[in-house]
Amino acid sequence: MDFDAIWMICLRDIIRHFRDRIRLLSSITRPVLWLLIMGTGLKNSFNVFGISYVHFIFPGIIAMNLIFAAMQSTISIIWDREFGFLKEILVAPISRTSIVLGKALSGSAIAFIEGLFVLIFAPLIKINISLVNLSLLLPQMFFIALVCTSLGIVIAARMTSFEGFGAISNFIIMPMFFLSGAMFPIDNLPHWINFIVRVNPLTYGVDLLRRTILGVRFFSFYIDFLFLIIFFLIMLYIGIFEFNKH
Amino acid sequence: MNNYTFEKIIEVKNLSKYFGQIIALEGIYFEVYKGEVFGFLGPNGAGKTTTINILCTLLSPSFGVVIVNGFNVITSPNNVRRSIGIIFQELTLDERLTAYENLNFHGMIYHLPKKIRRERIKEVLDMVGLYTRKDYIVRTFSGGMKRRLEIARGLMHRPSVLFLDEPTIGLDPQTRQHIWEYILNLSQREKITIFLTTHYMDEAEICQRVGIIDHGKIVDLDTPSALKNKYNVVSLNEVFLQVTGVDIREEGADEKTRLGQFLRARNKLR
Repeated sequence: MDFDAIWMICLRDIIRHFRDRIRLLSSITRPVLWLLIMGTGLKNSFNVFGISYVHFIFPGIIAMNLIFAAMQSTISIIWDREFGFLKEILVAPISRTSIVLGKALSGSAIAFIEGLFVLIFAPLIKINISLVNLSLLLPQMFFIALVCTSLGIVIAARMTSFEGFGAISNFIIMPMFFLSGAMFPIDNLPHWINFIVRVNPLTYGVDLLRRTILGVRFFSFYIDFLFLIIFFLIMLYIGIFEFNKH
Repeated sequence: MNNYTFEKIIEVKNLSKYFGQIIALEGIYFEVYKGEVFGFLGPNGAGKTTTINILCTLLSPSFGVVIVNGFNVITSPNNVRRSIGIIFQELTLDERLTAYENLNFHGMIYHLPKKIRRERIKEVLDMVGLYTRKDYIVRTFSGGMKRRLEIARGLMHRPSVLFLDEPTIGLDPQTRQHIWEYILNLSQREKITIFLTTHYMDEAEICQRVGIIDHGKIVDLDTPSALKNKYNVVSLNEVFLQVTGVDIREEGADEKTRLGQFLRARNKLR
């Protein structure tokens, strides 16, 4: 374990992220668009479990910002590879494992902060989160960000071009978001969708958040947590393996 | 000029590298002595960069033994990494960070304590004349300034061997001149071994010994004057053309194409 290296990678990514105004702006406007336009527009048409639609999708919008930010931050791996900075890191006397851990932590930290941007809107749409729930919610958000980042690292490590990453991100981020129960309840779905929903880690992430924020759930806490942690460990293992092979 | 001893700092024995069916290096042997300025010449695609990448542990050899500063690149890569500094052919700075941040992060991954990092940053930035620009974002620097910053960074952890892969490519003659004076001074003063590749034959003249590589094999290796005598010509340029022929070689995609690819992909994602 090499804390200097992990800290350096995190610090660098965070500095870079907050210097990029456009990305920062899009991470704030994205949830506003979804919440205010989709949520308000569909509020009168849908009512899930007696919860208003805008409330129902709120945890999903947090998850959306988490997965978008997490995946985007892992693009820095491809950027670094194409523009040389990865070489500077790879010729340094640090282990490949600490590079992956550093990337995982920096991606999650950035995604977590972008998740917080959504949380700010909670009072605006009249969602009250008690302090106890908030203290449960924050670590859950960080954990979901970590799971998404680890998936992003595996994809980025195997990618050789930016085009590929753009396409795969669109094929992965959007379906993962839509098929996670973020926008509609996941009971009574056709079999083939049901299958995808159940292997989608974000489903369990959204379920965790929704339980903590609104008190409704589809799975038990243990199933959510166990699925996420197993998925995370597998992705981390593959990520480290990919970085270790030349 | 002869400020080197005959103590070997780099030893390459029977080194081969295959990329699938393609043979990049085919059983090459050479040695570099401590304190020497060693030049590696060859046409595009001859195997120069592959050799440097193996010497600095970015690629593993398919066959053969490579020892840098007494450490084997396969069995103790981190010791090799600690012993060397590298200026790559392409820029490897983070252009969104300031000069100071680039150096500070470099110091962190070479495990220099905070206090020493601060001292060394001042020292190396003064050396390349960039201390007053330390808080500027690197993107605003000219090509020559970026190069100087990279040289400063490569020296910050006091390596025993400095690798320079075409360090003056794309620079104007003044900057080239300046950088070479600087590098030569450094090798004299600090007794750093310098391993460089270049396309400019006048730059190769300053080396104590020159190896010429083509099609993955070392075709000749000697002092510049001995090579000129051997082929009975007046310049290294003629030696080079005689040894490697006059055909033009293929080269890979340039950075601009890759930047275009990146921007297109990023726009799709947004």
